[in-house]
Amino acid sequence: MAMKTSVEKFNDRVDKGLQDSFMRGAVSSAQERFQTRRLGAAEELGNWEEWRSHGEEIRQHVLDNLDYYLFELSENVSKRGGHVYFAQTAEEATSYIQNVVEKKNAKKIVKSKSMVTEEINLNAGLEKLGCEVIETDLGEYILQVGDHEPPSHIVVPALHKNKEQIRDVFKEKQGYKKTEKPEELALHAREKLRQEYLTADVGITGCNFAIAETGSITLVTNEGNADLVAALPKTQITVMGMERLVPTFEEMEVLVSLLTRSAVGQKLTSYITTLTGPKEGGDVDGPEEFHLVIVDNGRSDILGGEFQPILQCIRCAACVNACPVYRHVGGHSYGSIYSGPVGAVLSPLLGGYDDYKELPYASTLCGACTEACPVKIPLHELLHKHRQVIVEKEGRSPVSEKLLMKAFGLGASSPAMYKIGSKMASPVMSPFTNGNKISKGPGPLKAWTEAREFPAPNKERFRDWFKNRPKGGEQS
Amino acid sequence: MKVTLFATCLVDMFQSDVGKAVVEVLERLGCEIEFPESQICCGQPSYNSGYVEDTKNAMKRMITTFEDAEYVVSPSGSCAYMFHEYPHIFQGDPIWEPKAKSLAAKTYELTQFIVDVLQVEDVGAQLAGRATYHTSCHMTRLLGVKEAPMKLLKNVKGLEFSELSGKERCCGFGGTFSVKMGNISEQMVDEKVCNIEETGADIIIGADAGCLMNIGGRIDRKGKPIKVMHIAEVLNSR
Ligand code: SF4
Repeated sequence: MAMKTSVEKFNDRVDKGLQDSFMRGAVSSAQERFQTRRLGAAEELGNWEEWRSHGEEIRQHVLDNLDYYLFELSENVSKRGGHVYFAQTAEEATSYIQNVVEKKNAKKIVKSKSMVTEEINLNAGLEKLGCEVIETDLGEYILQVGDHEPPSHIVVPALHKNKEQIRDVFKEKQGYKKTEKPEELALHAREKLRQEYLTADVGITGCNFAIAETGSITLVTNEGNADLVAALPKTQITVMGMERLVPTFEEMEVLVSLLTRSAVGQKLTSYITTLTGPKEGGDVDGPEEFHLVIVDNGRSDILGGEFQPILQCIRCAACVNACPVYRHVGGHSYGSIYSGPVGAVLSPLLGGYDDYKELPYASTLCGACTEACPVKIPLHELLHKHRQVIVEKEGRSPVSEKLLMKAFGLGASSPAMYKIGSKMASPVMSPFTNGNKISKGPGPLKAWTEAREFPAPNKERFRDWFKNRPKGGEQS
Repeated sequence: MKVTLFATCLVDMFQSDVGKAVVEVLERLGCEIEFPESQICCGQPSYNSGYVEDTKNAMKRMITTFEDAEYVVSPSGSCAYMFHEYPHIFQGDPIWEPKAKSLAAKTYELTQFIVDVLQVEDVGAQLAGRATYHTSCHMTRLLGVKEAPMKLLKNVKGLEFSELSGKERCCGFGGTFSVKMGNISEQMVDEKVCNIEETGADIIIGADAGCLMNIGGRIDRKGKPIKVMHIAEVLNSR
């Protein structure tokens, strides 16, 4: 799957989302569960705001010194016998990995969850070589079994599916016969996957945080699948976005604390795995060969610019879980593997405005995302910044809107114009007015009145009342 | 105390009753109200849509309008917040940044002003009914006014309260969002109205004309017997 998940138009995707009542039920109840748990976990930790500031500082420090830490990381990985490859583009990353896989003559590849491998469309690249690629994260596995559906959430890829739908996927594709109980579904997947780990030639993982000082990779999972992916196959490849690193273990611990609490409201996820290079003399398990692929794919263009804060992201999805728009339209409406507020900021940067220019407008700028973000990314401000770029730099806004906004700007800065406009409002709107409301508005009001009444303009404006009232005190 | 009222364009054109209530409540609390005629709109609709440069003249007009005011008070958390954004927007502008800063420093949302500046929590209001309260996003999250409205409402005699589930979730207004993404906005406001209904309240109170216009418009369309009141109107009831 590449970053782009759909060829449909934004409006069509949204309509489809809005009509999918199963999805909306699953999403809204998950949102509430995650939100409550997140708030509880934050409160239990205490000083949440200080933790957030600390997290923000760490991420900003890393971004401001990215070349330094990337160099340190690659030195340390190499020192431990690992191979490091910097890929400027998705294609470079994929072809490097294809090369490794071909050299190993690999037939079967197991993967743990990784958004960046989705971004570079790695699975397709490997399947082209005739490899069998198996996702081992439960959510990813469900989507893969179910005809390679794209993820709808960056942490819980199959969030849009309820347990009955998951049961049906297994039933249809794998002859599953048990119930929709989550434990039974998980057991089924686990049994299927167990055989795969043992026979896989290559394991591919993502990376939550790479640690520059030691050249280690930290993986955070719920299921322990990353452990197996990294430990069992002889060759391990880790793919990371170039910004996903920290200076030392100390910072990693702070960020993991923020990540697990923000993602699913847990103190710690069940498994935090730290891997350091290939297996050495005394190690019992671990890969014989280790490759670290560091992916740029547009990130260095973001660095140093007005959108740099989005690179602070630790992919916890707290913003997604808090977003009232995501709640109704679901992840697939975004047309990108990165959905929700983080996706609405990131997708246009990585994938361009041609495909993603609507996303920054799919927000009320309510700030719920900004408030939830554990590393204090001002998400709603970045969404607004995109709008400014789209309007002022790219000139992509519709002509009708431009005219309307120009007229508004004029009206709002000229008292004479405002006087005419606001005084005329009542008589002009009177043909559309019924009592004190407008039920079928003209022009831009039409979209409003499709769902709700619009108030009729006051016959007497507030300012006229104020001017005409008896001076100096209470009204009778 | 002299208070300069920033009524907002929505109140001026669509909800003059809210403006009247603000004037009456503040006068009763001993304030002298002034309304500079040259005020128009804080500029949010075009600013939020991305037309930053095209909006600057409107913002400058507001800055000049309120230059001599001691306190600027607005019955809208969102519009008051917009004034607090001005310094950020004019950052680096040698003339307008300092002016914007001084405007931001003296601008208050109505309930914030009553509780924090006038130090009053009981305005002596009386209103019989069961109510619920919608916390507007810009007011709570961006302006940071969370407690003041509830402090005031708790002291309104006769008013009973039911907690609104998902009260901090956006109602789907979002200015131009409500028309640009009308279908999404519809679902959001619909959920809000369902939540309001679930409380069993017969009055929904809010502190932002925009949100109330949105929520009220939906309530009206669905023909629900729920009264929509701006907090100024509640505080002005006796
Ligand atoms: S933007 Fe913030 S809240 Fe959203 S996924 Fe990234 S770190 Fe988490």
